[in-house]
Amino acid sequence: MKNDKRIRIIIGHYGSGKTEFSVNYAVKLSALGKKVGLVDLDVVNLYFRSREKAQILEEKGIRVIGSALKGTAVDIPAISGEVLTPLQDKTYDAVLDIGGDPAGARTLGRYKDFLVDGEYDMFFVLNANRPETQSVEKVMEFIVKIQDTTRAKVTGIINNTHLLKSTTTEDVIRGYDLAMEVSKVSKIPLKYNVCMEHLVEELPGEIKDKIFPITLYMREEWMI
Amino acid sequence: MTKVLMKGNEAVGAAAIAAGCRYFFGYPITPQNEIPEYMSRELGKVGGVFVQAESEVAAINMVYGAAGSGARVMTSSSSPGIALKQEGISYIAGAELPCVIVDMMRGGPGLGSIQPAQGDYFLATRGGGNGDYRMIVLAPADVQELVDLVIEGFDLADIYRTPVMILGDGMIGQMMEPVEFKTEANKELPEKDWATVGTGGKRKPNVINSLYLQAEDLENHNIKLQAKFAKIRENEKRVEKYNIENADIVLTAYGTTSRIAKTAISKLEKEGYKVGLIRPISLYPFPNEAYEEINEDAKGVLTIEMSSGQMIDDVRLSLNGKLPTYFYGRTGGMVPSPEEIVNKVKEILGGDK
Repeated sequence: MKNDKRIRIIIGHYGSGKTEFSVNYAVKLSALGKKVGLVDLDVVNLYFRSREKAQILEEKGIRVIGSALKGTAVDIPAISGEVLTPLQDKTYDAVLDIGGDPAGARTLGRYKDFLVDGEYDMFFVLNANRPETQSVEKVMEFIVKIQDTTRAKVTGIINNTHLLKSTTTEDVIRGYDLAMEVSKVSKIPLKYNVCMEHLVEELPGEIKDKIFPITLYMREEWMI
Repeated sequence: MTKVLMKGNEAVGAAAIAAGCRYFFGYPITPQNEIPEYMSRELGKVGGVFVQAESEVAAINMVYGAAGSGARVMTSSSSPGIALKQEGISYIAGAELPCVIVDMMRGGPGLGSIQPAQGDYFLATRGGGNGDYRMIVLAPADVQELVDLVIEGFDLADIYRTPVMILGDGMIGQMMEPVEFKTEANKELPEKDWATVGTGGKRKPNVINSLYLQAEDLENHNIKLQAKFAKIRENEKRVEKYNIENADIVLTAYGTTSRIAKTAISKLEKEGYKVGLIRPISLYPFPNEAYEEINEDAKGVLTIEMSSGQMIDDVRLSLNGKLPTYFYGRTGGMVPSPEEIVNKVKEILGGDK
């Protein structure tokens, strides 16, 4: 994680789990002693956004930047001017959580001037259990579309294949196989295999090498 | 078929298309926008038609037209938008047309909020539109059940020639969950020999109408409608029951709140409490008989809603004074937590065990 670029942009189809990944990534970075700014640029989803967890994250020392307009019911694609802080201030490690489709990812285009090639990572979160990203062709189409609207390049693939709390190792392995195929076609490296802590031990060695265990922050106790 | 992960709203669209729906007319409103978005993207691929109407009122009347010509048709909206559709829904019920209407409820009254709520129970079950009509109202508690009820809803609409409402809330619409699409054959459905598809010169024209010029004719029509609603009450009640025969207290809730209630029950069981659950799946017809099966010694029935108390009226009517009723609700887009329910149960049963 320390070798990832200072600015990490997290993209992926909604339902891929990019927000859960972003939150976990920010928490881990913070635990490594980094000064972390988590930027919620999601203007597409109105539920299950990282800013909902601001309190938990701020307790961990993470600065959470969401809309300039406070209020959970604000249905307006407003972005805070504060977003520039972690982008410009190099003492920050920035994690940018982007909206769940090419339309939602358009917000990132506004920050093109701050995204210099080689100075940022853009991680594509892949969930092979989402109908829109189940084949190499569909994934590639999505990556191309998102690169076009964000005007940034995907630098890593995150295998986050899951079925929420009913995820099995089989899901993770199937996602790994798809991610490797995509990696071969796109020449984009697989960065992490994500799964819930309790599944890690059961996974084969090759997957464990790049394992990124997570805790579910975004799912309430009563959700499956 | 293997499971895929879908957002509730997307799953509504996929389920409707799987059920043979080829026409969708709607107008955007949060938190259900993924339904029209999905339909606009997918209906064209299967030879269907998607129209974003100029308003909710226009959309529901387009549904009236498509349903009148025998098409499988759907519209969706959220609370304030559903309020606008009420006139059309009454016309559809009056003209006996089948269609599916999805309401992903949000906070109210008025424009309210975009967060989940259950304040449209009265609107849905009492007929927000004018006149003596009833509408089948189905309330899914998870995304899989949402898929199943949308598919079944189209069949029920055709069987009874009546509008069917799927009453979800923003949480069900926005939530991601694993789903599978079961490919069962549809129920045996009546032929739509009443549809306005042209006579071919071989029969009298069919007429789709809810206006009657003679009071006697309208009364006869109403008698016929009421007989149909009685048949729906007889055949279409759906309910999930859990441990109601030997419970100290029975919780009752539908949709999202029923799931929170279940989590509360498992917490309470660990502490030794015996707590039952009645989860109405059909809100109209309301599964009133389930409440008659509750253990006589139970302390009462606690209704939990994301409203100030609407379904509780049906619970009281079903209990008919047999047991005390209690209520716990959150409004405005606030979702109750399992702990809040646990505390309420303890308060009713008299403190810690």
